[in-house]
Amino acid sequence: MNAAALQVRARVAFGSGSDAFTLDVDLPLPGAGITALFGPSGCGKTTLLRAVAGLVRPQPGRVVVGDQMWQDDAAGVWLPTHRRALGYVFQEASLFAHLSVQGNLDFGLKRVPAAERRIALDQAIELLGIGHLLARRTSQLSGGERQRVAIARALATSPRLLLMDEPLAALDAARKAELLPYFERLQRELRIPLLYVSHSLDEVARLATHMVLLDAGRVRASGATGELLTRLDLPLAHGDHAGAVIDGALAAIDQRWNLLEVRFAGGVLHCVQAAGSPPRQVGERLRLRVLARDVSLALAPASDTSILNVLPATVHSLTDDGPAQTLVALDLAGSTLLARVTRKSAAALRLSAGQRVFAQVKGVALLD
Amino acid sequence: MLDATSLAAIRLSIELSVVTTLSLLVLGTPLAWWLARGRSRWRLPIRSLVALPLVLPPSVLGFYLLVTLGANGPIGQITQSLGWGTLAFTFWGLLIGSLVYSLPFVVQPLINAFEAVGERPLEAAATLRAGPLDAFWHVALPLARPGYLTGAVMGFAHTLGEFGVVLMIGGNIPGQTRVISVQIYDHVEALEYTQAHWLAGGMLVFSFGVLLTLHWLQPPTRRRA
Repeated sequence: MNAAALQVRARVAFGSGSDAFTLDVDLPLPGAGITALFGPSGCGKTTLLRAVAGLVRPQPGRVVVGDQMWQDDAAGVWLPTHRRALGYVFQEASLFAHLSVQGNLDFGLKRVPAAERRIALDQAIELLGIGHLLARRTSQLSGGERQRVAIARALATSPRLLLMDEPLAALDAARKAELLPYFERLQRELRIPLLYVSHSLDEVARLATHMVLLDAGRVRASGATGELLTRLDLPLAHGDHAGAVIDGALAAIDQRWNLLEVRFAGGVLHCVQAAGSPPRQVGERLRLRVLARDVSLALAPASDTSILNVLPATVHSLTDDGPAQTLVALDLAGSTLLARVTRKSAAALRLSAGQRVFAQVKGVALLD
Repeated sequence: MLDATSLAAIRLSIELSVVTTLSLLVLGTPLAWWLARGRSRWRLPIRSLVALPLVLPPSVLGFYLLVTLGANGPIGQITQSLGWGTLAFTFWGLLIGSLVYSLPFVVQPLINAFEAVGERPLEAAATLRAGPLDAFWHVALPLARPGYLTGAVMGFAHTLGEFGVVLMIGGNIPGQTRVISVQIYDHVEALEYTQAHWLAGGMLVFSFGVLLTLHWLQPPTRRRA
């Protein structure tokens, strides 16, 4: 299937007076990969997702998924939710309590005409690792298991678009960690475009290929995750967890020192191979996260340092970050890193756009 | 043990209760659905109207029903013009009275059940390609099952035990409108305490059994959705 784009134009207003809220967006989105709708609580992420699903009716609105028109007020088109080839995963799994796990999985499947089925139920069951749960009642499942069943249930309808509303928010950290790899497998193996609502920057940094930053019902920015996370004019690049994500490939495994060598557009980064982490294969795609606070700058490459990762870079832009610090965006042959240094250091090094520097990266987190 | 009139009264009571309960489950479903989920401003007045039999003395209810069903009442006029005569003091009159009297006992549990089901399962059903009617049959109804059980049992038991309304609009015609509760009253009036004991005791045991069964069937805690 051609990765046809997604087009969402929606205006949803509710409440009145001081409670009034209006979502007003016009968004072209990629027809592949994971797109994160990100923003603080109450910014309209969930409303936007519900508008795409037809669970609320935007007025006016236009929702186009590939070659399918789901809503177009100008043409008088409105498909109710049950006519849209979508899968929806709610924040709480919302499984049907009167059906077994198998019954839940079959519910959507048997309502999809055989000719439209592209994902076999067995495939969804295998992908989410729920084969041993089929005979259970839904009340006998853990939170993570329930969410996995809910995802498999949505997949079984062979959706053209998968919508997820903070599917991890109701889970504790351990259950989250248990579920995250499934999202990555989902993306690798099924290639269904996924719209993912989240207010967790960590989740977004790990999963999303594209992100939409929402603020008070408006689109603040929309673009590739790596790009948005490092744009100095956006709030994402500020704050303690600000950092860049780098997509690369595993170039070598240093067994002696337990290090991974990851090659990306701007060079090579070494990161620690954590104890008990899954076995890796050379050539594997990996995503790294480098926090701004872990990057320092030097004008010449230091040779006698404990820092392994020293990369040549060009200063792209700078902005103040609080009273004492400066945030520096660095260009590494197309990849972007953020460095947070003190204003005093920035002045001492006379940092300015276009300057050649060396980025000293103290910490690299592997996101897979 | 039980004489022929008592047996006739038992049969009539059961017939009346079964027909009333089944009718109310069917008629009460759309009404309860609308009361639980509708957005009309008439919702609260109608809901109060449905609950009225809970607070009104049965004699008041019976009196108005008698007037309405009687020769000069609006329903009486209609039934007469259709050639059915008046319904007061007939089984059908009794049935109409029971439907009104037992309405809240069936509809209220259904409302509670539909409210407990909530919006989410129906939204989930819609995202799984189920249309509104499909979702109602295959999601809302099965999830509301405890409410149907409660409604059916309460409706049946209440119709079986009704006295005041029956006396007002049904009178006391053996085999036609004389139900168990009235029969007991008659036995006591006639000082036939043995007969009264059998019937009253039977009602007591039956009612206790019904409630006990209900509590058994009803799970003590609500399952997670």
